[in-house]
Amino acid sequence: MSFEELRDFIVDAFGAEVVVAEKTDNLQSYLVLQTERLSEVCLALHDHELTYFDFLSCVTGIDNGPEAGTMEVAYNLYSIPYDHHLMLKVQVPRNNTQDQPIPQVPTVSHIWRTADWHEREVFDMVGIYFKDHPDMRRILCAADWEGHPLRRDYELQEYYHGIKVPFDQHNELNGFKGEPQQLVGQPTPFSDKREKPE
Amino acid sequence: MSSTLYKNYLLQSEPNKFSLDNLKDGEMIVNMGPQHPSTHGVLRLEVVTDGEIVTDVAPHIGYLHRCFEKHAEHMAYNQTIPYVDRMDYLAAMNSEHVWCMGVEKLLGITDQIPKRVEYIRVLVAELNRIASHFVAIGTYGIDIGAFTPFLWMLRDREHIQRLLEWVSGARMLYNYIWVGGLYYDLPIGFEKRCQEFIDYLQPKLDEIDTVLLENKIFIDRTANVGILPMDVAINYGCSGPMLRGSGLKYDLRRVDGYSVYPELEFEVPTGTGLVGSVGDCWDRNYVRALECRESVKIIQQCLDRLQGDHKRTPDFDPQAGCPKKLRTTGTQELYFRAETPRGELGYFFRTTDRSDMPFRCKGRSPCFSNLSVLHEIAKGCMVADLIAIVGSVDIVLGELDR
Amino acid sequence: MEAKTGEGGIVITKLDDLLNWARLTSLFPMGFGLACCAIEMMGAYASGYDMDRFGIIPRASPRQSDVMIVAGTVTFKMADRIRRLYEQMPEPRYVISMGSCSNCGGPYWEHGYHVVKGVDRIIPVDVYVPGCPPRPEALIGGFLQLQEIIRKESIRAPRAVQQIMAKRAQ
Repeated sequence: MSFEELRDFIVDAFGAEVVVAEKTDNLQSYLVLQTERLSEVCLALHDHELTYFDFLSCVTGIDNGPEAGTMEVAYNLYSIPYDHHLMLKVQVPRNNTQDQPIPQVPTVSHIWRTADWHEREVFDMVGIYFKDHPDMRRILCAADWEGHPLRRDYELQEYYHGIKVPFDQHNELNGFKGEPQQLVGQPTPFSDKREKPE
Repeated sequence: MSSTLYKNYLLQSEPNKFSLDNLKDGEMIVNMGPQHPSTHGVLRLEVVTDGEIVTDVAPHIGYLHRCFEKHAEHMAYNQTIPYVDRMDYLAAMNSEHVWCMGVEKLLGITDQIPKRVEYIRVLVAELNRIASHFVAIGTYGIDIGAFTPFLWMLRDREHIQRLLEWVSGARMLYNYIWVGGLYYDLPIGFEKRCQEFIDYLQPKLDEIDTVLLENKIFIDRTANVGILPMDVAINYGCSGPMLRGSGLKYDLRRVDGYSVYPELEFEVPTGTGLVGSVGDCWDRNYVRALECRESVKIIQQCLDRLQGDHKRTPDFDPQAGCPKKLRTTGTQELYFRAETPRGELGYFFRTTDRSDMPFRCKGRSPCFSNLSVLHEIAKGCMVADLIAIVGSVDIVLGELDR
Repeated sequence: MEAKTGEGGIVITKLDDLLNWARLTSLFPMGFGLACCAIEMMGAYASGYDMDRFGIIPRASPRQSDVMIVAGTVTFKMADRIRRLYEQMPEPRYVISMGSCSNCGGPYWEHGYHVVKGVDRIIPVDVYVPGCPPRPEALIGGFLQLQEIIRKESIRAPRAVQQIMAKRAQ
């Protein structure tokens, strides 16, 4: 089934409004779906005998930064019997301040159990909450870690349990005396200045 | 030394999933790891046991979370290759191969890679696959109490490491496959030595069968233990020997047919339940042992072609195809996947315009999905069988936690 | 013995030397690995390099071990565990930091938000073995270096006491 047929399949079953946007001039074409109806579309794609997407390869959370103000979750589906690929996306508004609730996306972990851990990882890394997920905890970082590391505006914490986090000459147990040396101002032979993208 | 340094933080950094209040009569929580010799690194298992029976198990991972995705976002594509090595440190060549193929697809230079480069890539990747499976089978032997296979496997693995050290200059983490080419051509005389090695290796592969896989004690410990049905395996996203051990003939080298694999002849071994039922721990290890034989076949064909059609020429420069600027154009999204010894390794790239760094890069590691099925297959087994099941999943923590 | 020394089987030595000799020729490391370096550590234990030659046999429990090889990247989640394992080891105890990651953070020093930049931020280290990962020969070299450290010790001034005194003097 080609990408167009899959799109038509979704539009026929759920109406045209479920597909918010589509992109075909990509290396892999993808559909952007309505966030609320993600899980029912996924259930149909998983169960229908024509599509039968039984393998969820990857779930990726993307933070587009405070300027764009959005976050995305990309799902890469694969159908083992038909050898189809499909990339689905949902887009949610991002919270730019601390008092706003973190963005929410319906879970698909009841359809593909793969999504269980992958969604926990997305929650840990970029901070997207998955509604109705059975066990929404951090998975990779420590449970009392501050912030979501792959957000664009992530700031590294200074100390964790009394251990200094950033790299410097700070060394409590071997020969450290006084204030840690400042690394700024020392010329380094390996400059990490690289041209930033426009 | 301040006193706060010695505060007990263990429950803060990773609290238990199960609480004592919810346990049934006679159950208790046993903590295994992260420092446990048979968890293959720093995996922590929280096991609820009723006597000797495991009633539930929750893996806690992240003790080796090395921020691969953060590094990938701050490095150019070719600078990330050493970090890719360190993700799956048992099969660094395979991970590099996947990464480089993915980036080449992003740059649109997939069809410009010379055939000789492709064959060398496949050759070294398959050598590394054998080395990786040797560690998997050898340490699995240790897990369930057989020490000899470990020594024998690591003896033969040492030969592979020396061959690859000759090729790339490093024993484990190679940085040999580059985007668009290779670091260097094969050293002169490598083909002959590699041929000698695989002639030496074939009887050793029979030794694995006799010393470990056909061993009565080994069969008793692993057959009918940790049976993973195929539908559960697919639903949990298992891949590699886990999925093939459950009986599905699914190998991305055949399914996707990337690189020069369509031109090579090899079989995809699957678990058949020879001594127990399909999908048990023995099947998964048997699939690994058979895959070593298939890899030997592939290496033989690669060697033949590297000495025949794609012979070494004096003016051949494997770095010639490496682009000087890895600039991608436009905002692209790509999920690229390929087969490593542990299963489907995939990278999700999101690029921005005119940048040599990805905007977002996610590594989909096979172990991550393979381990998530653990609580499904470990329920109701004995504590000793839990070790056998965890060993048969063949996790590499660097890749699991990334 | 008689043939060797010709002195009737009696060896006269200092008690210090006897204790140090016993200690340095049977170093029991704790068998736990963290990351890539653990594979090279396994390689060093296995048939190719065979660290049993030096009396180095891995033990599964920290209570029975003398040396802790921090083989690999230490993350913040693991840091508390490593500190606790170190505290569980009986004195005299030694630490070998194996590989760049545990020496100083290694390749993860800049963007590795979850990586402890050097295990010496949490426990004192005796020998640093450089490399990423170090070859098994380098690990053996680290052990030989540790043996030299132990050879210079004295029971009149145990190392642990000296460390505490040095800390107080600061």
